[in-house]
Amino acid sequence: MSRIAQRFSDLKTNGRKALIPFVTAGDPNPGVTVPLLHAMVEAGADLLELGVPFSDPMAEGPVIQKACERALLHNTSLRDVLAMVKAFRQTDSETPVVLMGYMNPVEAMGYQSFAKAAVESGVDGLLTVDMPPEEAGDLVAALLEASIDPIFLLAPTTVDERIAKICADASGFVYYVSLKGVTGAANLDIAAVEHKVEQIRRHTDLPIGVGFGIRDAETAQRVAAVADGVVVGSAVVNCVAENADQPEKINEAVCSLLREMRQAMDD
Amino acid sequence: MSKANLPDTNGHFGPYGGRFCAETLMEPLDELLEAYERLKHDADFQAEYDKDLAHYVGRPSPLYFAERWTEILGGAKVYLKREDLNHTGAHKINNTIGQALLAKYLGKTRIIAETGAGQHGVASATVAARLGLECVVYMGAEDVKRQALNVYRMKLLGAEVVSVTSGSKTLKDALNEAMRDWVTNVDNTFYIIGTVAGPHPYPMLVRDFQTVIGREAKRQILEAEGRLPDALVACVGGGSNAIGLFHPFIDDEAVALYGVEGGGDGIDTPRHAAPLCVGRPGVLHGNRTYLVEDENGQIIETHSVSAGLDYPGVGPEHAWLKDSGRANYVAATDTEALQAFHDLTRIEGIMPALESSHALAYAAKLAPQMDKDKIIIVNLSGRGDKDIHTVAGLEGITV
Repeated sequence: MSRIAQRFSDLKTNGRKALIPFVTAGDPNPGVTVPLLHAMVEAGADLLELGVPFSDPMAEGPVIQKACERALLHNTSLRDVLAMVKAFRQTDSETPVVLMGYMNPVEAMGYQSFAKAAVESGVDGLLTVDMPPEEAGDLVAALLEASIDPIFLLAPTTVDERIAKICADASGFVYYVSLKGVTGAANLDIAAVEHKVEQIRRHTDLPIGVGFGIRDAETAQRVAAVADGVVVGSAVVNCVAENADQPEKINEAVCSLLREMRQAMDD
Repeated sequence: MSKANLPDTNGHFGPYGGRFCAETLMEPLDELLEAYERLKHDADFQAEYDKDLAHYVGRPSPLYFAERWTEILGGAKVYLKREDLNHTGAHKINNTIGQALLAKYLGKTRIIAETGAGQHGVASATVAARLGLECVVYMGAEDVKRQALNVYRMKLLGAEVVSVTSGSKTLKDALNEAMRDWVTNVDNTFYIIGTVAGPHPYPMLVRDFQTVIGREAKRQILEAEGRLPDALVACVGGGSNAIGLFHPFIDDEAVALYGVEGGGDGIDTPRHAAPLCVGRPGVLHGNRTYLVEDENGQIIETHSVSAGLDYPGVGPEHAWLKDSGRANYVAATDTEALQAFHDLTRIEGIMPALESSHALAYAAKLAPQMDKDKIIIVNLSGRGDKDIHTVAGLEGITV
């Protein structure tokens, strides 16, 4: 069983939902990332999403766009991100790590060499927001051969037929984008999310993570009530941004948010 | 097999093209494809489009024999396809008229567009004004500065111009921002992409709307010379004016095709906008194509004196035409383009856009190498009024 499947299975046994924070690797500098990953686990994170910085992050709102820009000031590359995961794995062999980003850095590295290097570094899943299953045949094959879970997105506009097709290609978990918009948007409609999650469940037994627009403990709690996992991106990255000039305060800012969310979700 | 019958049903031109975008947009893109496939064969839609091209755009545009310039170059006869004479001053309107009609038939009330030089933004604002649609144009902050006249034109037309300050603050960032708007407002918004790039079906439908250039040119050159030309030359940023001219000639293998990229300071320097000449394949803005990128797959800031060519990607059909050997891709530097700008202005009394000046610069190299009975058609894709400030500034003159 993959680390991701194992983690969701354990959570289910304990009646808990996954808290999945996202940070951009190398933001605001490469030295911050590995200690931050460990701190987030300490604060209650169950899975980690690590953003691969990209020059043209089309699906991101301003918060994560700026995080990419800060990371790219230090030329944080996909190879650097893999090295961070490898460093994280030195002392944490259990928490699943999913890379999230855009296709072009993976294209530039080549699917086979990426998959090989990723699994050697201890990466568990890959989610590229601009790679729908229609184009992903070769990538999925390379990932599965290296035992890396390809994670796909489902959106409010995804119709039943596509949900079925996407779930058939996915493994690990599926990620439901809770609103029409970019990351960090504010207009989350919980009833609509619940409705869509039920629709998705009719097509798959995979755990369903929900992300985009989860900004505080209250929304985390309400989304956790209807999904298997809660992905928190912009709210976490915002804590990093606010302390970009004093990186020693980043871990505490992020962790205090995560602890609030953890508590609300477990109540 | 014909090289002209692409893309396949999934939007692929060989290994290029396709649909690489956020899941939220997949269903709207399918709807657009379905609507387009239906309307393409709908007599009423086609009649309305043709009528607009004739009476609003002013088509057909002339095919002009540049007699004096030909004589000075001393080789092949050079004809200019006068897209600069279209309403709004460039080929861009051929496409915006078509897409605005699609928006109308789909019941969308708001249109968005990205723009580099401002020509596509102006063309979009123009058709929006005419159809009474709300219009938001995304433009890189750098381009807002260097194309102030077009910014004001768009505002006069009632459009909102959003200055994009992320990334390199140019066309690619404007495109990112337009995509973000579209994914947020997809229910009521139609995204008019200005070039033959983006996710399927955009590269196909923009091409189809622009092929009016090549169809007319073919008919006109047969009338004027009784035969097909030996070479076609067009500038390539995203590549819409070039594919519009080339496409109807793709199966005429004897006609050589030359796409001219923005060479900036030279393609052997880091400052250029020439993905087909020196880039490599990757994925950006919804399609797989040649890109200007670094070894880690990050997109590199491009440079061209012409804002309309200042783009790190290129339409996927051009990538395919390059690999298949059907078309040749070359570059003209800023200096060469400026020289051509001055030459055509002084010799023919036609002031070309800096984008089109790149095509003219290459034609000026090509013509003298060809016999006098050979024929070249250059796509004069836009007029140069918008560039007067840029040219004056480069020459230290305050207008």
